Amino acid sequence: MSAALKVPSAPQLRVRDLRVEFPTRRGLLTAVDGVSFDVAPGEVLGLVGESGAGKSLTGAALIRLLEPPGRIAGGEIELGGQRIDTLPAEEFRHLRGGRIAMVFQDPLTSLNPLFTIGDQIVETIRIHLDLSPENARKRAVALLEEVGIPAPAERLDAYPHEFSGGMRQRVVIALALAADPAIVIADEPTTALDVSVQAQVIAVLKRLCRERGTSVILITHDMGVIAETADRVAVMYAGRIVEIGPVREVIEAPQHPYTRGLMGAIPSLEGSATRLEQIPGAMPRLDSIPAGCAFNPRCAFATERCVRERPAPMPSGNALVSCFLVADGTLKPHAKAKADSGVHAADVGPAAGASAPLVAVENLTKVFNVSRPWLYRVLQGEKQRFLTAVDGVSFAIPRGHTFALVGESGSGKSTVAKTIVGLVRPTAGRIMFDGTDISSDEAKGADAAIRQRLTMIFQDPYASLNPRMMAAAIVAEPLRAFQPDLSRAEVDDAVAELLGHVRLSPKDGVKFPHEFSGGQRQRIAIARALASKPEFIVCDEPTSALDVSVQAQILNLMRDLQDELGLTYLLISHNLAVVRHMANEIGVLYLGRLVEVAPAHELFSAPRHPYTRMLLAAVPSMDMTDRAAPAVQGEIPNPINPPSGCTFHPRCPLADDRCKRERPPARQLGASQVACFKAEDAVP
Amino acid sequence: MTDDTASAPLSPLRARLRSWAHSDVLYSFRRSPTIVVSALVLAVILMGALLAPLVSPQNPFDPASLNLMDGKTPPMTPNQFTGESFLLGTDDQGRDVLSVILYGSRISLLVGFASVLLSAVMGVLLGLIAGYRGGQIDNLIMRVADVQLTFPSILVALMIFGVVKGFLPPQAHENAALPVLIFSIGLSAWPQYARTVRGVTMVERNKEYVQAARVIGLRPMIIMTRHVLPNVLGPVLVIATLGLALAIISEATLSFLGVGVPPTNPSLGTLIRIGQEYIASGEWWILFFPALTLLALSLSVNLIGDWLRDALNPKLR
Amino acid sequence: MLAFIVQRLLQAVLVMLGVALVAFSMFRFVGDPVNNMMGQEATIQERREAAERLGLNKPVPVQFALFVKDTASGNFGVSYRQGRKVSTLLIERLPATLELAAISAILALAFGIGLGVYTAINRFGLGARLIMAGSLIGVSLPTFLIGIGLIYLFAVELRWLPSFGRGQVVKIGWWSTGLLTESGRKSLILPAITLGLFQMTLIMRLVRSEMLEVLRTDYIKFARARGVSDRMINFSHALKNTLVPVITITGLQLGSIIAFAIITETVFQWPGVGLLFIDAVQFVDIPVMSTYLLLVALVFVTINLAVDLLYYAVDPRLRVDRAAAAH
Repeated sequence: MSAALKVPSAPQLRVRDLRVEFPTRRGLLTAVDGVSFDVAPGEVLGLVGESGAGKSLTGAALIRLLEPPGRIAGGEIELGGQRIDTLPAEEFRHLRGGRIAMVFQDPLTSLNPLFTIGDQIVETIRIHLDLSPENARKRAVALLEEVGIPAPAERLDAYPHEFSGGMRQRVVIALALAADPAIVIADEPTTALDVSVQAQVIAVLKRLCRERGTSVILITHDMGVIAETADRVAVMYAGRIVEIGPVREVIEAPQHPYTRGLMGAIPSLEGSATRLEQIPGAMPRLDSIPAGCAFNPRCAFATERCVRERPAPMPSGNALVSCFLVADGTLKPHAKAKADSGVHAADVGPAAGASAPLVAVENLTKVFNVSRPWLYRVLQGEKQRFLTAVDGVSFAIPRGHTFALVGESGSGKSTVAKTIVGLVRPTAGRIMFDGTDISSDEAKGADAAIRQRLTMIFQDPYASLNPRMMAAAIVAEPLRAFQPDLSRAEVDDAVAELLGHVRLSPKDGVKFPHEFSGGQRQRIAIARALASKPEFIVCDEPTSALDVSVQAQILNLMRDLQDELGLTYLLISHNLAVVRHMANEIGVLYLGRLVEVAPAHELFSAPRHPYTRMLLAAVPSMDMTDRAAPAVQGEIPNPINPPSGCTFHPRCPLADDRCKRERPPARQLGASQVACFKAEDAVP
Repeated sequence: MTDDTASAPLSPLRARLRSWAHSDVLYSFRRSPTIVVSALVLAVILMGALLAPLVSPQNPFDPASLNLMDGKTPPMTPNQFTGESFLLGTDDQGRDVLSVILYGSRISLLVGFASVLLSAVMGVLLGLIAGYRGGQIDNLIMRVADVQLTFPSILVALMIFGVVKGFLPPQAHENAALPVLIFSIGLSAWPQYARTVRGVTMVERNKEYVQAARVIGLRPMIIMTRHVLPNVLGPVLVIATLGLALAIISEATLSFLGVGVPPTNPSLGTLIRIGQEYIASGEWWILFFPALTLLALSLSVNLIGDWLRDALNPKLR
Repeated sequence: MLAFIVQRLLQAVLVMLGVALVAFSMFRFVGDPVNNMMGQEATIQERREAAERLGLNKPVPVQFALFVKDTASGNFGVSYRQGRKVSTLLIERLPATLELAAISAILALAFGIGLGVYTAINRFGLGARLIMAGSLIGVSLPTFLIGIGLIYLFAVELRWLPSFGRGQVVKIGWWSTGLLTESGRKSLILPAITLGLFQMTLIMRLVRSEMLEVLRTDYIKFARARGVSDRMINFSHALKNTLVPVITITGLQLGSIIAFAIITETVFQWPGVGLLFIDAVQFVDIPVMSTYLLLVALVFVTINLAVDLLYYAVDPRLRVDRAAAAH
């Protein structure tokens, strides 16, 4: 076997032919099917794949924490040369936390809320190491110090809810490393965190494991995190590893057709082609995995052999690839076209900024009253508390353009979206649509005509479709609401046409939402949005719940529809690469304030606001140039008590006294509008 | 979703049927022998009660068909005076126990279904309003529900029973007994529904598909009936089933306590009350068979309710 | 902490006032209080005097205020049926009910929590399945049938235990207790089991489902990943988290034991307030009914207050909400 599977020194972890099965009423489902890999001491192995690929189950199987009825049905697992999958349960328990540790996705639910973090760390230490309570406590303090918890000795007696999300994930890492394990399995350790916090947590995990020589299996769907962190990467598809090799080679010259498609589907920060590469279809469900190569129905190169016979991992270069076409040389390694740093596609939008804007948001402010019950306040001498979710936001969107709002949690981007479509009433400010104020009280009465012209696409395609309505009825709902005099046949025709618009077939209309995949559901949601023939669509994180290959399909669809129908988009997203791919102009929100508005290329090539720069630096990049550790500090403050002056000043490297006192106004700087006193000092 | 990709589009009705036939609920029903048996038991009792005038050997409400000499005849043995034989024996007044059970089940089921209907309609309406509107209305409804939930339903029913009785002239008591019973039990159970419906409504109201409907500009009434109500029905069905068992037990308990239906109009509870007086003297059948029927009825309904709760709860699947 | 207690106390007072309003309305508007008290034969003069004495001529809110004042000072009026002061009746009957309820509550709590934890941990074991099946029968069996069944078995067939009454009681001041004599203790066994069984099954099922819920959480999974033993997970991590929601609902359940005692007391002819109440309902004896309502409310409110304090002690998230808000 090649270097990709075997590692030079004796492996820390050796996995051979691992199978995980789930007996269900629909038969035996094989969720992990013949997975083999090695992990060297101190090595970081990335395990990447889209949802349903079996990557998390592989991790759970290694530490024997599969949820019943899931079970390991075959294969061998060796840790440090010792077979561990055959160990009796009680012996295996001592391995857990001792030699194999685990970090889960959601730091908010990983810690027991009723025990102090000190209790939990000391408990773990004393299970695995023979230490007195005092010494265990000392060790716990040292661990917290190492993961970067300030004042660790005092914080030891705090409860989990007293920590922020990023700090809790640091505590979880401290817990995982409490007994110096040989290997840590990190299952999407940063997915629940904001970008700027994610970078810090990844840095901590990486540093500590390197210092201790701990191996890591990093399970994630985020290729960027893998590119920045892993030494080698295994790409999983439908329960199998399709390609495993050194991370640089897999990313820069992917070999397996699936890996190639995946890499092409990821939008990048550096600018990209007009359309993303897209793989047709979706990952098969476990009860219908195709025979032969599981990828063959979606593969452009598939031959008859691929349908008939299942490819074993075969060496190719430094990698192992499960593909006949790669093995027999039909497919050569596919060097990814280097991003042309020329003009970005979205920059040449239709008739840029010629006419009056279609949508203009003027000084929009939304304040929520989040006070506790009056009695509480009276007794505790508390004042009423207000959360300023949106604070004086202004921007304009020309017809046919895509304007994007980016920001982390608490930035108010979703509130802006909801205010525009009328789900939330603004506290102050105006929203002008084609010259009409649609936020005022007078607009309320006569707004059916205007309402029809603007609509919204939501984030979660699993929650945005009523599970009890069939697709056709969902799509027809706006038609019936706005054109009640349509006949039944007319509605049916219109629905069929709309489904066609989003590349679904009319016979999908009689299916219920649960019969569709996530991407198909989002298409139905888009069809519903198009039903009222809108001119303007607010897209609230339209792809953040989808896998990358499906995301590419949806983004391409949105672009096509914009061209076909001349739509104007407001795109809300936390994903900078998606924004880069889609938007003409971008506004950056921080704690409810717009800190920078700039044309897309301008924002990415010359970010002016220190926060924008920090955000860009924090995004894990597939471009493998080794950057210095990003200078990201701190976490987003509680929006109920925002810092004075410029709300970013506590995290800003340039902040001075004036920034603490005064709120910087937005001012024009080149093509950008920046709300920062120091923007000139920051040389990009 | 793979089986019919080639076939022609289905009609919406057939699509719904197909979705139901493939559902986990039906699957888990067929897979559970206990539930199938429960459903059968319930069906037998329901049929017996519905068809009581046709199938029962005697009309226990008709004094002319009764013979005091038949009193306390043991099951399946001829009476020592009249030589008549009764399958399940007779009570102290010579009423055939089987007939009384059949007619008594009618009353139990009538009270059960009617009071569940009353509390469900009331609870669902108030719960929907509280959950969708929020604010002061929500506060008021839920405070009242909380305070009422504090008191066991049997106590609330007794209180309402007593108060209504105080309002009615004494001669009306006999005729009003059944409606009063239904009203008392029904009114005592609405907070259960209201609380659950409110909870579900608040969750559904914030779901994106309801927001999508609001963006279209649909009126709250339409959103409630088209989008929220269907999602509320599952949990309501569960509470209603478990509530049916509870209502049947409540009726039996009230009748047993002597405040339910009058003794001339026997329900299962009344029969058990009569039977209790005779357990020490050996006439066990007067108590035993009605008690068994009551248990079979409430147990099968409870089993079905319990199973429904698990089958409809996606978290447990 | 102070704010928390004051808030809960105020809530309790509000609930009591609400219930008092219901009780007052019953007293004032169900039938004619004068008729009820004086009977049909009273002269017009007597009626007028009675109405005067009861304050029926005053505005209704003033009447309500007077009613609250009277009630708070222990004056619950006179029973229509027995012609005796309700407070005297209560003092006679209350000890019997309280003793019965306390013993049942202890039984229900001890077995309910124990069996709930057992069935949750050994979810698929034979014992747990049998207990669960039995509990469903327990929920489906009306309390009075359980009582009758127990009487039949232990009193009629085996003749081990008495079938009705309290046995011999001993007076300690105004309190009469059955706990100090053998016949008193023997008499208590069957009613206590009857009353406690239903509550026990409810508590058991609740503890089980809450615990199963907790065992599914991420922090339990993470505790397993840390190598914590099953024993520690079940009895330290999971149990503590289970108890938080269980405390509230269990408190409510125990509060209702007093009211459920009505049925048990009827079956066993137990001379407590429940028997008094059922009598009152049959004869529409409003003063007794409304007093009973207030009594149940008071028990509930007291238990609820205790539960809230307990909750506060168990769950740190309530304690440190200030720190969390300022994080």
